[in-house]
Amino acid sequence: MKYEIVIGLETHVELNTRSKIFCACGGHSSHGEPNDCVCPACCGMPGMLPVTNKRVVELAVMAGLMLNCEINRYTTFDKKSYYYPDLPCAYQVTQWFHPICTNGLVEVQTKNGTAKIGIKQIHMEEDAGKLVHDDWSDTTLVDFNRTSVPLIEIVSRPDFRSAEEVLAYLEKLKAMFRFANISECEEGAMRCDVNISIRPEGSTELGVRTEIKNMSSLSSIERAIKYETARHMDAIERQTEVLVQETRRWDDIKGKTFSMRNKETAADYRYFPDPNIMPIVIDDEWLEKIKADMPASPEEKAAEYRALGVSDKEIELLISKRNLCDLFDELLMKGCNVQDIVSWILTECAGVLRKKGQVLDELSIPAEKLARIIAMTASNEVTRGAGRKILVAVLDDDVDPDKFCEENNLAAQGDESLINDVVKKVIEENPGAVNDYLGGKTKAFQALFGGCMKQLRGNGDPAIIRAQLENELAKLS
Amino acid sequence: MKEYITKIGSGDLAVDDTLLTKGVETTAGSKILSGFVPLFSAEAVERAVKAGYTVSGKTNVGEFGLDLVGEFSNYNDGDEVLRGAAAELIAKGEVKGALEVDLNGAPRRAATLSGTDFIKPTYGTVSRYGIIPCACSGEQVGAAAANAAETKKLLAAVAGHDGKDGTSLPAEAYDYSCGKEPAGMKAGIITQLFELASEETKAVIKGYAEKLKALGVSVEEVSVEEIAAAQSAWQILMAAETCNNVSRYDGVKFGYRTPNYKNIDELYIGSRTEGMNLLTKTTVLYGSDVLSKGRYFTCYDKALKVRRVVAERFGELFKTYDLLLAPACGKTEYKKYDITRAFETVYGESVFTAVPNLIGIPAMVTKGVQLMAGHFEEKTLFKIAESAEGTDK
Ligand SMILES: [Zn+2]
Repeated sequence: MKYEIVIGLETHVELNTRSKIFCACGGHSSHGEPNDCVCPACCGMPGMLPVTNKRVVELAVMAGLMLNCEINRYTTFDKKSYYYPDLPCAYQVTQWFHPICTNGLVEVQTKNGTAKIGIKQIHMEEDAGKLVHDDWSDTTLVDFNRTSVPLIEIVSRPDFRSAEEVLAYLEKLKAMFRFANISECEEGAMRCDVNISIRPEGSTELGVRTEIKNMSSLSSIERAIKYETARHMDAIERQTEVLVQETRRWDDIKGKTFSMRNKETAADYRYFPDPNIMPIVIDDEWLEKIKADMPASPEEKAAEYRALGVSDKEIELLISKRNLCDLFDELLMKGCNVQDIVSWILTECAGVLRKKGQVLDELSIPAEKLARIIAMTASNEVTRGAGRKILVAVLDDDVDPDKFCEENNLAAQGDESLINDVVKKVIEENPGAVNDYLGGKTKAFQALFGGCMKQLRGNGDPAIIRAQLENELAKLS
Repeated sequence: MKEYITKIGSGDLAVDDTLLTKGVETTAGSKILSGFVPLFSAEAVERAVKAGYTVSGKTNVGEFGLDLVGEFSNYNDGDEVLRGAAAELIAKGEVKGALEVDLNGAPRRAATLSGTDFIKPTYGTVSRYGIIPCACSGEQVGAAAANAAETKKLLAAVAGHDGKDGTSLPAEAYDYSCGKEPAGMKAGIITQLFELASEETKAVIKGYAEKLKALGVSVEEVSVEEIAAAQSAWQILMAAETCNNVSRYDGVKFGYRTPNYKNIDELYIGSRTEGMNLLTKTTVLYGSDVLSKGRYFTCYDKALKVRRVVAERFGELFKTYDLLLAPACGKTEYKKYDITRAFETVYGESVFTAVPNLIGIPAMVTKGVQLMAGHFEEKTLFKIAESAEGTDK
C-alpha cells in the first residue's frame, strides 16, 4: 500500500518591535545578561496592567496580508493558564476566541511543483521566559528577558505532504518576514511545532498524530520529520509499536524523537477573555494605513528589477534583505545607472564588508553618499580605485566623499601633457608588451594601461590614458 | 494581635492593603505576600498624595479583599463584632478618608456597619494600576469618608484617565458637583434585595426613603428579577479571575516561602497551603472549575452573557429611575463565624453588592443605605447623599 505524510505546522515568529507586547521593556530577546530587560510587569509582580503595543497589531496584520488572510476587524486577547517556572504570571496572554487573521493561503515551490498551504489562523501572543540549567551548581535559573516579547503564531492547515514542502514554506516565511521587517527571523526567533501523521494515500481520515515541539533549525525540522515518518511507517507496516497521540521532543544529538511526559498534553488551559485588555477594533482607516506602510513583496521587487535588466543571480542577492532594496531604489531615484548600482552594492560594498568580516545584510550607508561616489566614478572625476578608497572611508568613518577626495588628492589626473609623458615612458620601458600588442595580442594593451595607471598612482583619467595609449601605439605600427 | 493599621506616619488618608504603596509592605491581607515591598505606588494613591492627602497607614483587608469586611485578617482577633478597618478609622475620626478596593462589596458592607460613606465609582474612571489583582473585570478603587462632601473630594482627586491602565476611560477628570437638585427625581427600591434584609435594615431603608420624599423625590418599589442571576454571574467571574490572578504566588519570587521543603514541589505546595486561607482556596477551586473545558460554556461564558443581560436591564431601569436603593448587606451587625463556612457566607451576602461590580455602575453607601445610579452618575449619588444629610441638621 502507498502511504502519504500529512503535516501541519504551528510557527512562532518573534516580532521586530522596539518594546515588548505589554510593557515598555526592549522588545528583542537577544540580550546580554539574563534579566537585564525586565520590569515589574513582565516579571509578574502584582499590580501592573498590560498596555497593548500597537506596532504588534500592525505587524500581525502585515503578516496576515502577506499570507492572504482575512483580517478580523474585532480581535481580543485571552488568558491561557498553566503553571511553569518560566511563566511569571502563571498565564500567557494569547488569542484564543478572536484571532487577528484567519483563512489564509500560501503557495510554495518544490521540485515536485507547487503546493498550496492553507493558513488556519494567525494570532498574537507573548513569549515565555527561559529556564537555564546550570550543571556546575546543579540548579535551574530563570531568565525573564524573553517574557512578553511579542510573537505571532501561524497555524497552518494539515496541507504539507513532504519535508521539502515544510522547508520551502519556512524559507518563504523567513524571506517575507525579513524583507518586510516583521521579524529578523534569526536563530531561535522562528520556532515550530510539527504535527505529523501517516495515512493510506487517497484516504480522507487522518492517522494517529504526534506533535514534535519547539524546533528552530531547518535541518533539525527536516531530520525530525524524516525520523518520525519512518517511525510511523514501521509502526503501521511492521507493528513495531502502537502509535498514540502525544507530544514528542526532538533530540538533535541522538537524532531521535522522545515522548514527553503526557503532563502538558493533558493540561486544561482554562482560556478566558483577558479583562485587562480592551478588544481591538481595526477600522478601515487603520487598515489602509498599515497597507500603505507595507513594502512590496520580494516577488514584486524581483519582477521590478528583472524589468530593469538586473540578472536573476543579482536579484536573489538584492531581495534577501529589505535595506538593500531600499538602497537600490533610492540610488535609482537619484539618477544612478542600474548596472552601476548593482556593481557598487553587490561587488564594491560587499567586498569592503567582507574584508571587515561582515556580510552584505549589515550594509548601512547613506544613499546620497553612495550616489555621489557612483556619480564621481561614472563621470571619471575619480578612478574606480579611488572611488573604492572613498567608499571604505565612508563605511568606516562616514566621511563626506567630496571632502575626502580633495583631502587625499584622489581626483583623477586629467593633465594631457603629463599623461602623454607617462604613456611614452611606459611604452619605452615595456618593449615586450608593445611587441606583443603589435603582433596582435590585444591583451597586452591592458598591461600597458595598468602600467600607466600605476605611474599615475591610480588617479589617471582612464579615458585619456586609453586614448593616448592607442594613439602612441598606432604611431609604432 | 496585629494592628489594623500599619502606621507610616501622621496623615489623613488610610490606604487598604490591596493597593500598592512604594516601599511599604503590601500583602492584600495574605500571608502568601508577607514581606512583599512594592517598587511603586498605586496610581490612585499617587493622585491622592498629589492632591494634598498624606498617607497615614495601610489598613488590613480580608485575604485579597474576598471576604465580608476583613474578618479573616488579624484585625478582628478576639473581637466579637465584625468591622472593616478603614471604615472604623473614619468613624473614630482617626483619618479623613480612605482608598479601598471594592471587588465583592466588602467596603460597602463595612461602611454600612460603621455608619460611614463609601463610593465604588463607574468602572474605568479610577485607574486600577497598583491594585493587587483579583477580579479585574469588576474591581475598582473607591473612596471612603465620614460624609458625602469628603467622599466626593477624595474621589475627584483620584479619578481620571491613566495611560498605564488599558481599561481606563479617556476623560481626564470628572466633575462630581454638577448633580441635579433631587426634587422631581424618581427612586426605586429593589424589591428582591429589600425583602432579603433584616427588619432593622428594612427600617433604615424606609427611613432613608422618607428623607428622599421630603426632598421631593418620588420613591417606589421596583422588582428586578435578574438579581439572583447577577449574583451567580459575578460569583463565577470573580472566582475565575481570582483563580487566574493568584496562581502566580508560588513562594519562589516574592512573598512567603514555607521553611519546610525538600524539593521544588514541596516548596510550591507548602507555601501555598500555609500562605492562603480556606476562603481563597475555595474561591480558586471554584474559579478553576468554571473555566475548565467541560464547564466553560455552561458557566463562564454564560456568566458573560448574563452580564450583558443585566447591563441592558439596568440601562432600561435608569431610563425610568434616577437612582435605585438597596441594602448593601442584610444585617446591621455581623458576628465572627467559622472560616469553613466563609465561602457560603460571603456568597450569600454578595447578592446585595454584585450588580455594581458585574456591570460597572457606581454604587454609594451612605447612612446605611446603598444607592446605585447609571454609568457616570456619581454626581447624582453625591447630590442625593448631600441633600439627605442636610435634612438631618
Ligand atoms: Zn517589562
